[in-house]
Amino acid sequence: MIEVVRAGACVACDICIKVCPTDVFERGADGVPVIARQPDCQTCFMCEANCPTDALYVAPLSGPAPAGSPQADQAALEEAGAFGAYRELIGWGGGRTPGSRLDRNHVFTAMLERGGP
Amino acid sequence: MTATDLTTDVLVLGGGPAGTWAAVAAAAAGARVVLADKGYCGTSGSAAAGGNNLWYVPPDPAAREAAVTARLRSSLGLADTGWMARVLAETHLRVGDLAAWGYPFPRDDAGAERRGSLQGPEYMRRMRRRVHRGGVTILDHAPALRLLRGADGAAVGAAGLHRQDGGRPWTVRAGAVVLATGGCAFLSGAFGLNVDTGDGHLMAAELGADLSGMEFSAAYALSPAHGAHTKGLMMMFATYSLDDGTVLDLPDPLAGRDRVAALLAEGRTVHARLDRAPAHLRQAMRQAQPNYFLPLDKAGIDPFRDRYPVRMVLEGTVRGTGGLRIAGADCATSVPGLFAAGDVATRELVSGAVSGGGAYNGAWAISSGTWAGRGAAAFARAGVQDGAPPAGAAGLAAGRTRPADVVEGVQRETLPLDRNYFRTPAGLRRSLAALDDLWRATREGLAAPTHRDRLRAREAAALVAHARWMYTAALARPETRGLHRLTGHPTDPALRHRIRVGGLDDLWTSPEPSARETSTVAGTTATSRAAAAVVGLGTTAAAPDGTAVPGASAAAEAGR
Repeated sequence: MIEVVRAGACVACDICIKVCPTDVFERGADGVPVIARQPDCQTCFMCEANCPTDALYVAPLSGPAPAGSPQADQAALEEAGAFGAYRELIGWGGGRTPGSRLDRNHVFTAMLERGGP
Repeated sequence: MTATDLTTDVLVLGGGPAGTWAAVAAAAAGARVVLADKGYCGTSGSAAAGGNNLWYVPPDPAAREAAVTARLRSSLGLADTGWMARVLAETHLRVGDLAAWGYPFPRDDAGAERRGSLQGPEYMRRMRRRVHRGGVTILDHAPALRLLRGADGAAVGAAGLHRQDGGRPWTVRAGAVVLATGGCAFLSGAFGLNVDTGDGHLMAAELGADLSGMEFSAAYALSPAHGAHTKGLMMMFATYSLDDGTVLDLPDPLAGRDRVAALLAEGRTVHARLDRAPAHLRQAMRQAQPNYFLPLDKAGIDPFRDRYPVRMVLEGTVRGTGGLRIAGADCATSVPGLFAAGDVATRELVSGAVSGGGAYNGAWAISSGTWAGRGAAAFARAGVQDGAPPAGAAGLAAGRTRPADVVEGVQRETLPLDRNYFRTPAGLRRSLAALDDLWRATREGLAAPTHRDRLRAREAAALVAHARWMYTAALARPETRGLHRLTGHPTDPALRHRIRVGGLDDLWTSPEPSARETSTVAGTTATSRAAAAVVGLGTTAAAPDGTAVPGASAAAEAGR
């Protein structure tokens, strides 16, 4: 689920509010989005992929991160370089190659057609 | 608060692949089009989050025929050769459009472009752009709550609310409506599927539409136990083991999922590790399925080295095959003016009794979306009716029951493996009794103090209706076939036919008449004023014996 909005990195563009398919965010008084409805988060990473400044972190857990978890600890996540991972993988952002150009699914579907690896 | 009030030729509900292809096709046919999505067109739906392979075969007659023959066999006899051939042809053409619009397809080692896979975020971002450039009016965060019923019982628009604007109401009056609202995964959390709550099925049924194949709804997929990321293809390299390290003897890890499900149903912990993956392929695996690896990377798990516990997450009729019955080559439903595309429609025509998850559903969304968009544009030439009221009220009366309690009640009957994956006649009857109670409570009224609660109430009603159709259809099929596994009841060749289900308060089922009578490919439909713009493709071929093909269903499900 969505766990962290880095206020320092956020440019208040509202994109995450708009693109979240389950309507999890609200605009805060300072323009920085607030995680208003975390239980509705479906952990699809679409907000992370669309954030132009890598200000969001979606933990890989289908429930809220437990108290004290590094999955909700901004400093620990920054230290680990965890912000912006998905955007990099799919090749979004200036100077990157779209991940779909590197798509190797055909290798694996061909294996399936031959009956397995 | 000013309500949105629009008039258009074609209204498309849902902005995933099927909805966007429908909007593009309707606009190309000259129709004015409005597309309304419950969430955001471009990120909403199963494809945007996950991506999928495609059932994509170049126009070589022998290769196409071989693909159709193989699929008819793996569908356990219930698919339709004419429809399959159409899907292959249409998908190939439309993917050509996608390439022309600039989708960045990869090239293989020989330098040839490979168009058989679509990465979700990239695909749907581009589809939104195309819809926008086609002049379509897009309403985001605009869930439809009800369809408008015209004087002749036709679908003539919809009404809903603007979720991010205080619940401001909207009404769109339309000459025809395309439903592309997705299947139903019962809010299981499966990757990207919580938007798929069966809203469209309920709205259609309230206008009298019937459904087909709803018993083929027990689609589950493996995910890491800590999450719900149901990407299956890489599991072809998995070794499964128990807590004590005992390795399960599963020569084909994809076909062995029933065994894993049985252990999980018993409450055992099952671990997976991708240690069958050759080292030289591991980078390609990451490039093929980045969103299989992302949740593991984030959790600090190296799936090639570490074993991680798995669970099975329900994907319901998103990767099951049941949905609104298709009554015409233009994807008309049994309601005039109402067309169905993508996962809201039955996919038995291309998948029969097995999952079309991934490749087949991806191709179906593209082709059925295109046909529904064209069909709706043709139908809409008869004009737009004024003043039609919304139909249907399930979940919208004010009452005391909380929508969240209804959702929990439905999930108790649908999510557990021992109720839904492994079904028994007695268990289905017990579940139906509980679901009937939930339906009565929903009819009496739900507590919805805010506009978001109102949407949740409607979703809750849709989930109850969906589960009742599923299990009612399941009881009408006293055998095991594909995604309907009835313990102690092996496949019965006498049941090699489709089953229709319908109704809201009182449900009914009926076996579909023989394939020859119901083949909808060649002609126009009784419910459509539009001529089916399709060449005759003949009637359904004789289906083969419905015996199970080991592994076929698992491989199909994993091909996403």
